[in-house]
Amino acid sequence: MSVKENIEFAQTGNLTAGNRLQDIQVCSVQATQDRANALDSGHRACQGCGEALGARMAIDKVMELSKNKVHVVNATGCLEVFTTPFPETSWNVPWLHSLFGNAPAVATGVQAALKAKGMEDVTVIAQGGDGSTVDIGFGCLSGMFERNDDVLYICYDNEAYMNTGVQRSGATPPTARTATTPLSGPHPGNNFGQGKSVPKIAMAHGIPYVATATIANVRDLERKVAKAMSMKGARYLHIHVPCPLGWGSLPKDTIKLARLAVESGLYPLFEAEQGVLTGVTKIRKKIPVDEYLKLQRRFTHLFKKGADTADLEGVQALADAHIAHYNLWDGE
Amino acid sequence: MAFTLPYAITLEVGSSLENKTGSWRTERPVYLDRLPPCNIECPAGENIQAWLGLSQEGKYREAWEEIVHNNPLPAVHGRVCYHPCEDGCNRKQMESPVSIHAVERFLGDEAVKNNWKVSAADSTGKKVLVVGAGPGGLSAAYHLRRMGHNVTVVDSKSAPGGMMRYGIPSYRLPRDVLDTEVKRIEDLGVSFKYNTRIDDVAATMKADGYDAAFLAVGAHIARTLDMPSDDSVTITDAVTYLNDIENNGKATALGKKVAVYGAGNTAMDVARSARRSGVEDVTIIYRGVRENMPAHAFEIEEAIEEGIKIATLRSVKEYKGGNIVLEINEADADGRTKSTGKTETLQADAIVYALGQLVDTDLLKNCSGIVETDNVIEINTQMMTGMDGVFAGGDMVPSARTVTTAVGHGKKAARYIDAYLKGESYTPADKHETASFDKLNTWYYEEESMREQPILDLDKRKTTFDEVLGDLDEQTAQREAMRCMSCGNCFECDNCYTVCPDNAITKLGPGKRFEIKYDYCKGCGMCVEECPCGSMLMAPEEL
Repeated sequence: MSVKENIEFAQTGNLTAGNRLQDIQVCSVQATQDRANALDSGHRACQGCGEALGARMAIDKVMELSKNKVHVVNATGCLEVFTTPFPETSWNVPWLHSLFGNAPAVATGVQAALKAKGMEDVTVIAQGGDGSTVDIGFGCLSGMFERNDDVLYICYDNEAYMNTGVQRSGATPPTARTATTPLSGPHPGNNFGQGKSVPKIAMAHGIPYVATATIANVRDLERKVAKAMSMKGARYLHIHVPCPLGWGSLPKDTIKLARLAVESGLYPLFEAEQGVLTGVTKIRKKIPVDEYLKLQRRFTHLFKKGADTADLEGVQALADAHIAHYNLWDGE
Repeated sequence: MAFTLPYAITLEVGSSLENKTGSWRTERPVYLDRLPPCNIECPAGENIQAWLGLSQEGKYREAWEEIVHNNPLPAVHGRVCYHPCEDGCNRKQMESPVSIHAVERFLGDEAVKNNWKVSAADSTGKKVLVVGAGPGGLSAAYHLRRMGHNVTVVDSKSAPGGMMRYGIPSYRLPRDVLDTEVKRIEDLGVSFKYNTRIDDVAATMKADGYDAAFLAVGAHIARTLDMPSDDSVTITDAVTYLNDIENNGKATALGKKVAVYGAGNTAMDVARSARRSGVEDVTIIYRGVRENMPAHAFEIEEAIEEGIKIATLRSVKEYKGGNIVLEINEADADGRTKSTGKTETLQADAIVYALGQLVDTDLLKNCSGIVETDNVIEINTQMMTGMDGVFAGGDMVPSARTVTTAVGHGKKAARYIDAYLKGESYTPADKHETASFDKLNTWYYEEESMREQPILDLDKRKTTFDEVLGDLDEQTAQREAMRCMSCGNCFECDNCYTVCPDNAITKLGPGKRFEIKYDYCKGCGMCVEECPCGSMLMAPEEL
């Protein structure tokens, strides 16, 4: 258990980002006045954007630990589009965009160039949404893993192609309605399929570090960034970032949804080193998946009169499988 | 662009700040302070959340000063207040309320231990008479003295405290605690005159040149009954019985078997005092059902633990041959009682009436304009009686008749008297809206149960007047204070600052809270939603 998790209860303990009763050094970087604000105001993300928040949380922690020596390579996607509409940028870091599918390869190149110039103390980050990570850039990502290039890859997973109008991706959950998985037929929305967990695929590459994180738990997220930063080689961080536009949820509920995804078991928080699971963040207050799904219009058909209950049961079964597989719940 | 960017750099750092996304907003988040339910429920109007917050940080002196801003007797209240604050506490809806009284007692005892004092403002030269050295009178005298007025407290008894001394037994309030807190008020410069009965307020004010008076003589006349009796059972009342214990250091011997008629807190005080004075068989007689007994549940439980018997649904009818003849009542589903017409007998040496108390209003006989209705004095919203410059509070005005209510009256009256003396009018500040449970995001609070105070060994509780409840130690008191959820008042958890996707909140630093950058805030409302304590809200944007 890290120092941060071991703080004695003090009103809200470690559940809030900061805590005036704790030493600021043990609070999250987000709670400090001098955080880097790597992703600054004025960007054009929608109200309540989880991705903008996840990116600031992750990169601010990288900035702190690398003493601002960071280079970020960004894949095409919402994050790229809303932060850099010409002639403006919201990034307070050296930041590079090339194509949709090649961010891991570009980052590998940046890292090689820095090495050639003797600048190995610069941390190289590659980042993208689930579209570029799970689908389009997956080949490049797998190559980066297989070569164990010294890059920390961060995926901000909002479970579809939001920027282009909410099309299904390999990370879209079963039963979710998107522009390309409409409400038709006996089982409306996305099909159940086989699933495609990039964290698990990354683990199968045996890379030094793989972790899942959420914007609903900033201390856990920052701890995982720090753990990744303490290692060399290819590292992978998968951050769950709700999207009010694509999910049909209220902008104010973004953190709440991220939290409910974890508490329901649908989004397990775990970490692995060299392909071996080393830790999980337990569920604190277990809830049925309904509580999470009902707040999102992309799932409303599951609760309509006459809906096939097998669909909702299938989603619950997924959550239950996660809870059993990762041993996420200590209660009855 | 002001300068040429380096090769391959196309966009200038900070350039998105030109894009004022605040224009997207239809609702804006705002910070506010809501009034926590503990504060709303406190008859003395203590800012409980504030002093618990200071206690969390280990700032006990500041915490105590926050209490005595409203209430001069924290060590007393930590012991005898029935803590309605804890009934209101939002924590109650999670697991159990914060033990506010235990922390208050800890702070009160710290002040006694370290001899903490308060100071008074420069003298105004105005003279105020306070009649009655009970909680109401002491509170008014204390607040008026702190405002700089010259105050004289007059009491007919030989020592201060009123019902705190002559009503509340010492196993609930050790007298050294009371004496120390009264001494602090004396040290502030308040004059006390004991053994002095005021027979005519108007005449005294005129003779001694008082500019105003506060009356708080309490209710010290016991209500009695006129029952047929052959004098085989000794009959006395709670006021006399408890008074004798205080004056003589021991209870008047009433025999081996004693009954107490009535089921309020005073009845419990009498029964438990009798038990401690060697009466082995004490029975409380109450005409209604157990659930309707007016005493507080914990008092009843502690009495039962000490071996006190309770006979419910019984009314006293007469005394005959060393027995109390009891009429048997029956109750309907709603607890309403009526007589069955049947009787039974209870053998007893004595009975103590604890049926409530009346106010001695003799001192007002020459005060023109003062209206007495149903044995209590009428006052206006500014605590003034019908006579100009004469204010009243405590048990002698319509009220809940508790120590804390009286202290609250004293504070409130002091503010109106101060304004009266200056020829001004005092208007209380508007109350903030309530920080009700639904305003909180309780996800962020750890569940942790209330810490119990140590309790005296049961054998000692049956034989001595030693204090029943003990103190929390510093560490325990501080951790208990940390259970406070700070309802409605920002405690700087940094959540709003952290969850804003638009970096549109500035952290101003410890103790200074936060500020919203409305140029960039898009109005998503995440900060408000994730505020644990409900000190933010979304307000419609004015168009």
